[in-house]
Amino acid sequence: MAGWWVMAEPRIRDELGLRSALGGLMLPVLVAAMAFLAALALAGALAAAALSHRWQDGAASTLTVQVPRPDAPLPRLQDGPEETRLDRVMARLHASSAVASARALSEEELTALLRPWLGAMGEPGAAGLALPLPAVVEVHLVPSPPDPEHALDDLSAGLEAAAPGTVTESHGVWLERLSGLARSLQACAWLVLALVVGVAACVVTIATRAGLSARRDSIEIVHGLGATDGRIAAAFSFRAMRLAGLGGLGGTLLALPVLIGIAVLVRPFTGEVAGGLPDSVPGALWLCLPALPVGSALLGWLTAQGTVRRWLRGLP
Amino acid sequence: MVTCMIRLNGVALRYDAAVPARNSATASARNSATISARHGATVSARNSATMPAGSGDRAAAAFRVRDTSGGSPDGGSQDVLRDISFEVAQGGFRWLLGPSGAGKSSLLRLLHLAARPRGGAMEVLGVDVTKARRAALPALRQRIGMVFQDFRLIAHLSAFDNVALPQRLAGRPETQLRADVAELLRWVGLEGKGDVLPQSLSGGEQQRVAIARAVINRPALLLADEPTGNLDDVQAQRLMRLLTEMNRHGTTVIVATHNDALVARHKAPALRLEHGRLVGDG
Ligand SMILES: Nc1ncnc2c1ncn2[C@@H]1O[C@H](COP(=O)(O)OP(=O)(O)OP(=O)(O)O)[C@@H](O)[C@H]1O
Ligand SMILES: [Mg+2]
Repeated sequence: MAGWWVMAEPRIRDELGLRSALGGLMLPVLVAAMAFLAALALAGALAAAALSHRWQDGAASTLTVQVPRPDAPLPRLQDGPEETRLDRVMARLHASSAVASARALSEEELTALLRPWLGAMGEPGAAGLALPLPAVVEVHLVPSPPDPEHALDDLSAGLEAAAPGTVTESHGVWLERLSGLARSLQACAWLVLALVVGVAACVVTIATRAGLSARRDSIEIVHGLGATDGRIAAAFSFRAMRLAGLGGLGGTLLALPVLIGIAVLVRPFTGEVAGGLPDSVPGALWLCLPALPVGSALLGWLTAQGTVRRWLRGLP
Repeated sequence: MVTCMIRLNGVALRYDAAVPARNSATASARNSATISARHGATVSARNSATMPAGSGDRAAAAFRVRDTSGGSPDGGSQDVLRDISFEVAQGGFRWLLGPSGAGKSSLLRLLHLAARPRGGAMEVLGVDVTKARRAALPALRQRIGMVFQDFRLIAHLSAFDNVALPQRLAGRPETQLRADVAELLRWVGLEGKGDVLPQSLSGGEQQRVAIARAVINRPALLLADEPTGNLDDVQAQRLMRLLTEMNRHGTTVIVATHNDALVARHKAPALRLEHGRLVGDG
């Protein structure tokens, strides 16, 4: 341990006795706790961002259209063929410029969808009440239709006119809500991160102030001998940097197993192919985690510099 | 700038002083027997770099104090010193006399830039300290040696490290300062006590550490507050010889003391304080 201090501190000797005045476990342990929280908040922010991104990709451009009594015939349009309600809706969909593709689910697909709710009763041929099932059409929209809001409203109005009772359900609404949720989760995470940084800065400030008052006499003597503010501040801030950096490292290492655990739990929702453990932690997090100890060290250095220089301005 | 060996009681102390030209000529003429002066490059670069360029009379003053009040230890409004005016030329020597509580230590605190004066004007080594930027003061302080009445040694540093501190602050490499510090410790009679913490030293020993720390950087100005208070007669004599030798080599010296015998033996002009006012100069 002693050798490590000497190596890390080749230039500045401990003239102010900071090894004891700015020592102890208080600072590194508190900074470690803050780094731990910061790691979780960071992971939360990144995960929320990743999830909302994925949902957006998958669901932004799909619609579900339900046509009740699909097989009921409609009055013929002039010169038109004999049409069911479903036929009319499909024709409208194919004619719309906002629609890339539209496909009615087959009866098997429909019963498969409904089985969890209706059980075997819903199966064709099953003895039971024959439920009047609506037809369900899966619609993919073109990637970026001009004026999307308007186009969707037009489409659903058109479908309703073609076959009254047709319901158009845009996933976009759910998507809006989900990404709103993701955004507020992200905002919370950033807020937590900011708070954690603030609290860590306070911890370093308090520890530095305690060191200053413990070494007031020595500082005044050294100041009287002609030490610059920079030299005195450097002694404190190198010490604070090292302690905060160590604390940050400890907190990050503690957070690592927790983050990997969470990533494993989240993986099914992200639709990611199961990979190795490291793959399941978002890539950005691997970049951010090493920044935590470095950031803690930097925070320690800057905070101590500010605190000591402000204090020294009270000396002549 | 002159590097000399001061020989006192058989121990040689190499001494690089900031010497205005007119002083060094007379000094080496007067003291050729005891002082071997040589123009050397091993002098403290800081002193030579920041010495005033000797532009006429103004630069020749080490201290110029006019109508200055202040000296309140906690920076409060209760001034200890009132309307002090005096001037000490570079290379001058002054006793600072007066009854206990007259304000001697307070005046030295002002001169040492440990307190800013209130009102009036004060120049130290040509720098107007009432107007100087705060950042300009450390360099000035490094050229002032101070022996405090209460020593002010750093409690957790050994005698050696206390004495070495001014050199380290001046950026002198460790390999170069070791020999000088050891030599000076030997000269003040503390050979072998370099590793001892101040609390394990006697009052007189602590005072000698404080003296060594004040002179190690060959300051341009030397302020000593009751420097013989804890010394026996022989040591007090040795100290007075060191101070007069340094003074002959250009260091401006101000010594506050109650020791009448010492003042009687070393005739020099005196600043006399009473109740915070200067009542005599000369
Ligand atoms: N820390 C302090 N707080 C309040 N007043 C102080 C303080 N130090 C000194 N004084 C006051 O300032 C005045 C001058 O004190 P100073 O120490 O300058 O006297 P001095 O001439 O050095 O005395 P001595 O010969 O006893 O050392 C005294 O009246 C003293 O009461
Ligand atoms: Mg005094």
